[in-house]
Order: sequence, then C-alpha cells, then structure tokens
Amino acid sequence: MAKHTLSILVENHAGVLSRVAGLFSRRGFNIDSLAVGVTENPDISRMTIVVDGDDYIVEQVSKQLNKLVDVIKIKNLDDSESVSRELALIKVSATASTRSEIVQLVEIFRANIIDVSRNTLTIEISGDTDKVKALEDLLRQFGIKEIVRTGLIAIERGNKVINAGEK
Amino acid sequence: MKLTGAQVIVKALEHEKINTIFGYPGAAICPFYNALLDSDIKHILTRHEQGAAHAASGYARVTGKTGVCVATSGPGATNLITGIATAYMDSIPMVAITGQVSTEMIGRDVFQEADITGATAPFCKHSYLVKKTEDLPRVMKEAFYIASTGRPGPVVVDVPIDVQNGETDFEYPESIEIRGYKPKYKGHPMQIRKVAVAIKEAKSPVICAGGGIISSGASELLLKLAEKCNIPVTTTLMGKGAIPCRHKLNLGMLGSHGSYVANYAVHHADLLIILGARVGDRAMGTAYKIAEKATVVHIDIDPAEIGKNIHATIPIVGDAGAVLADLLEIVEESSFDEWNKTIERIKTEHPQKYVLREESEYVNPKYVLSVMSDMVDEDTIVTTEVGQNQIWAANYFKTKKPGTFISSGGMGTMGYGLPSAVGAKIGRPESKVITISGDGSFQMSMQELGTVKQYRLGIKIIVFNNSRLGMVRELQKVKYCGRYSQVYMEDNPDFVQLVGAYGFRGERISRNSEVKGALERMLSDDEPYLVECIVDPEERTL
Ligand SMILES: Cc1ncc(C[n+]2csc(CCOP(=O)(O)OP(=O)(O)O)c2C)c(N)n1
Repeated sequence: MAKHTLSILVENHAGVLSRVAGLFSRRGFNIDSLAVGVTENPDISRMTIVVDGDDYIVEQVSKQLNKLVDVIKIKNLDDSESVSRELALIKVSATASTRSEIVQLVEIFRANIIDVSRNTLTIEISGDTDKVKALEDLLRQFGIKEIVRTGLIAIERGNKVINAGEK
Repeated sequence: MKLTGAQVIVKALEHEKINTIFGYPGAAICPFYNALLDSDIKHILTRHEQGAAHAASGYARVTGKTGVCVATSGPGATNLITGIATAYMDSIPMVAITGQVSTEMIGRDVFQEADITGATAPFCKHSYLVKKTEDLPRVMKEAFYIASTGRPGPVVVDVPIDVQNGETDFEYPESIEIRGYKPKYKGHPMQIRKVAVAIKEAKSPVICAGGGIISSGASELLLKLAEKCNIPVTTTLMGKGAIPCRHKLNLGMLGSHGSYVANYAVHHADLLIILGARVGDRAMGTAYKIAEKATVVHIDIDPAEIGKNIHATIPIVGDAGAVLADLLEIVEESSFDEWNKTIERIKTEHPQKYVLREESEYVNPKYVLSVMSDMVDEDTIVTTEVGQNQIWAANYFKTKKPGTFISSGGMGTMGYGLPSAVGAKIGRPESKVITISGDGSFQMSMQELGTVKQYRLGIKIIVFNNSRLGMVRELQKVKYCGRYSQVYMEDNPDFVQLVGAYGFRGERISRNSEVKGALERMLSDDEPYLVECIVDPEERTL
C-alpha cells in the first residue's frame, strides 16, 4: 500500500484534532503520522497527515474528513509536486572510539549535534522521510537510546498554495 | 437588550420557529427550563431522555422540521446517545441541547459531568461545547443550519450552566457563513445529461429510492420520472413510501429482508439508478456484483456516500429533488415493455404471500398488517420497533404517502417505536398514529406510556407477542442449529392490564378471525388503544 500525504486546513478550535483523529479510528483508517500547527492565518491550522492505503481508502479518508464542519480544505499532495520534511532528534550512545565516526556521519547528512554528554550525542536531523531513515539506520550500530520525531510536513512546489478559499 | 444564555437559547428556538421540544430536566439545565417558562414553546416531558430524542426524531420525520431534544448533564446527556446515533444513521435533522457542569469545573469529574461532545462525536453531524455566553446566538443559528441542510443529521449543543446564566447582547444572526460547510444541491448538468442518455440506451433499468427522496420531498418528481420512463422502483427501508406501495411500478423493498421481485430486478438490471440511498449492507449486501453487470447512477447529497459501498459509473452529488427536476426536463419517454413484462411475470410467480389458517391458535402478523392497510387512510402514520415486527410492517403494510412510515433503519434501535409515535402524534395530531412492536421492543420504551397519558395522545399500539426476541431466535434457529440463548420472554406482563394502569383500553386476540373486529375497535376513535396479538414463535420473518 502506498503512502499519501494529505494537507488539511482546519478551524483553529479546541476539539478539532480529536474529531479528525477520532474519524480515523472510527472508520478503520491508519494514520502514519500527523503534524499540526497554526497557519499564516491564526484562525486556521494546518494538519499534515500521512495515511497508508490504496486509492479507495484515500478517497474515503478525504471525503469523510471533508464532512467535518471544521475541515475547510483538503489536498492530497503529489510527491513530485511537493517538498516534505520531518524532524528527528536521535540520542545515540557514543564512546571515545565511536564519537568521531558519528560526527562524520552527522556532517555528511548535514545534521546537527545539539547535545553532548560523556557517553551520548543527540543529533538533530531534518529532511524527507527517506533521509531521516537512512541516518537512523546508520546510527543504529552505535546504539540508539531514544528517537523523537515530528510527523511529516509538506508544502507544494512553486507558486501553488492551499488556502481557505472554496471547499 | 441583555439576555441570559438560557434566554438566548429559548429566543433562538423561537427564531427557528420551533414550537415543540422534547426533554427531561435536571440541575445543569435548570436555567434553560426556567427561561422556557416565559415562552410559548410547548415542552413534552418524556419518561426517559432516550424517549425525548426518539420523539424529536419522529416529530422531525412527520413535520419536516428540525426536532429538538433537551437533557441535563451527565446521565441525562448520556441517555440521549442512542437517540442521537439513531437519528444520525437515518439522517434526521435534530438539535440536542444538553446542560453541562460549569466551565471552570469541566475536566474535574464533578457530579454529573460527562463529555457528551466527545462521546457523540462519531455519530453526530457536528457538536458544540459552548464556552462563552456571547457565542450562543451564533452557535444556535449554526446548529439549526447544519442539522437541517445538506444531508440532515443531529447536532449537539452542550451548554455549561454558567454559560446559561451569563449575560450577553442578543441579536440573532441573519446570515451564516461556515467556510467548512457548503452543501451542494444542484447536480452537475453534464452528469445529468449522461443519465438521460443511459436511460435511453437501457433495456432493463431500475430505480432504487432511499430516504433521501423523502427528506428532500422529491416523491412526486420520482413518480413523474418512473411514470414518464416506465422504470420500476424499489425502495430501501428508509425509502418506503417514496412511491405508494400499491403503485404498479413499485417492486417493494429490496435487500436481505425485501421482496423477491425487487431483488430480481436489481440483479438483472442493466441500469441501476440509486436515488438518495447509501447502499447499506441490508439493502445491497453484494453491491459489487450488481455493479459488475449494470451501469450504476448514484445520486446523493453526501459526496462521501458515492463510491463508498458501490462503484458509480455516473456519480452525481446533489439533492435528489433538484437532480430529478433537472433530469425530468431532458429525459425522453420510454416504455421498457419487455422488461416490465418480465417484472410482472416475476411478481406473479413470486408474490409476497402468507398462509392464513383460520383454525390457528395464533394471529398472523402479516395478515394483520395487510388488513390494516385497507382500513386506514393515506395520512395514517405507522412507526415500528425492530425485529420481525419491523420487517413484517415493511413488507405488508401498504404505505400510501411519503413520510408516513417511521422506522429505525440504519441503527435498528429497539425502543424506537413508541417514543417516535409520541413525536409523530404531536407533530401531526390530525393523523392516526399506529406503532407496531414486538413484545421485546415494546418493553424497551414502555415507560413512554406515561407521556402518552400526560399529553392525551391517541396513539394506537399493536404488540405482536411471540414471547420471544423473535428475530434473534430465528437467527439462532438458522445459524446456530437451534441453540436458543436468551431469547425467551415467557414471563411477559399482561400488556392489556399494563395499559389499563394508564387508563387506556386494549384487547388481546389469538385468532385471525378476531383481527378485523379488534382493528375496527382500535381505529374507531382518537384514544390510545392497544391490541396484543398472540403470534406463533415459529412465524417467519419473510
Ligand atoms: C437496542 C437493541 N438491542 C438489541 C437489539 C438486537 N435485536 C434485534 S431484533 C431483536 C429482537 C426483537 O424482539 P421483539 O421486539 O420481541 O420483536 P420480534 O422480533 O419478536 O418481532 C433484538 C434483541 C437491537 N436491535 N436493539
């Protein structure tokens, strides 16, 4: 099954997130990740939801979401027409012998080290899902103690925008 | 002018031309009940909040208005839930107003606190937890607008007691602008033209009419289309009455509990026009098979229904009435002689029939409903319970007018029959209202006899008493090798005595020869009356 990225404009009210999340569980749809934040208009939030499913599922998800009164607009983002990023914080074990190798990897990935202790390094990486995953895979050999990641966020390329015009 | 929140709610109801509401008071909704005393709005005190919700639903279905029910916080609100969910599944316009603990107490599990907007989220069209008194005018306006437009449904307005007591300037909004809610009524002209062409090219078309025809008031247009093109019509349970049951083009109900000819037609159609129906599993369990053979036109006001259960060759989002009106302008007359002949033949070969044994110790419910069909006028409203009684009524009571057959279709909620009859009788006092029930279902809402008494509602009650939860028993007989589990109700009360305690008359019959006399007595006046029919536990649903 393919992953689809939905960009959803919603009213910035209390309770909207639970309505959206509830809809997924009630209809048996799976959320891969969900990120929410306010938009350029403080009355409106944007949710970026990654769903796993075939075309039927994605169509159903979109239609059911559209029925929510608080949902203003939904767009299924085309991978090639949009750019996406997620952010991960990875705490990895580091010893005197592995530390420099880790630092090298961090440089190659253009990630940052944001915290250091005697036996750990905390790395900040942002990028598309594949890039984050690639670094995670490489760091695993050193012993990952903890990963915290945001959901994916995405935006269309070029002049295109998704705003609160007609639903 | 400053008003309290409670007064705002009452004023809003008046602005919405609501003259009757159904409810049950409690501490957290007392400010509202206090304000209600200064209004002409009639309040019907049911005996259970679920009864209030079902009554509001019955009222909405016979009047076409939005039904309103009111309850207090906590258990009052949670008692509404089944009624709200039932209305949601059947797309009934309803506004449910609940009291809530005061805003600063929310979340602390104080006495009678329940998160009703959270609990009802999966089965209401929208909900509001009102945090500020000044929001109330807008919220009320939006609630009624959302409940009654597009695909209708229930909206919950939860109002904390301090918000009811707070003051605000009252001005009822004239217009409304909800950017995330823009129902679409007009169908796409290109798509409608395709339907006209599809009809022209078809050999064996069938129309499947659902509850959408009734809620959009499109029955006449449906009839016009069917007659102009000679297309047979089958209905879903919610669509019963969309076309008069005795119309020559009517095939009866389709689906697992429907007529042979309706299912034959749907499975042999080369064009299936689904109008205001959601293709539920009970109506079309094997929708995909139907779609393999036929061109499917699916017309529904809810875009999410299109493509959900059946693939539509020609999807049209719009109001059934609006689309039908446009279609009628361009569609050509047709006769489909061959097809209609085949349908006629199948109809005569497989009639819906029952055997009547005069010497039997039981009353045949199918006979009761058939006889009753000839004894009542076209405005008579029939509400049903759920179980065998519902299906018997759906198949054997001949509905003559749209909106006169009231039944819980999507949810199959036992306990709907009597309270929905209460709402129906209050909504249409001049009509006869008959509720059909089983002994099990009747006992789920029989406390509403108290409401019938208090408001002197001339509701007629037929109880088909098989001393069983008949439909479940039948299921256990067929699917569980007759291992009957918890379906006996041998110790039923004496139903005639029971209504006697409320001062109503009634009688018990156990022979078919007694049916006509009993129904005549039942229908002779406008007083409540109960006829208990002793029914063979082996009587089959179909
Ligand atoms: C609230 C609720 N609980 C349980 C059921 C499951 N159920 C469906 S039909 C039925 C039996 C109904 O019995 P009765 O009212 O006596 O009607 P009959 O089938 O005998 O006509 C039951 C228990 C239901 N539909 N609704």
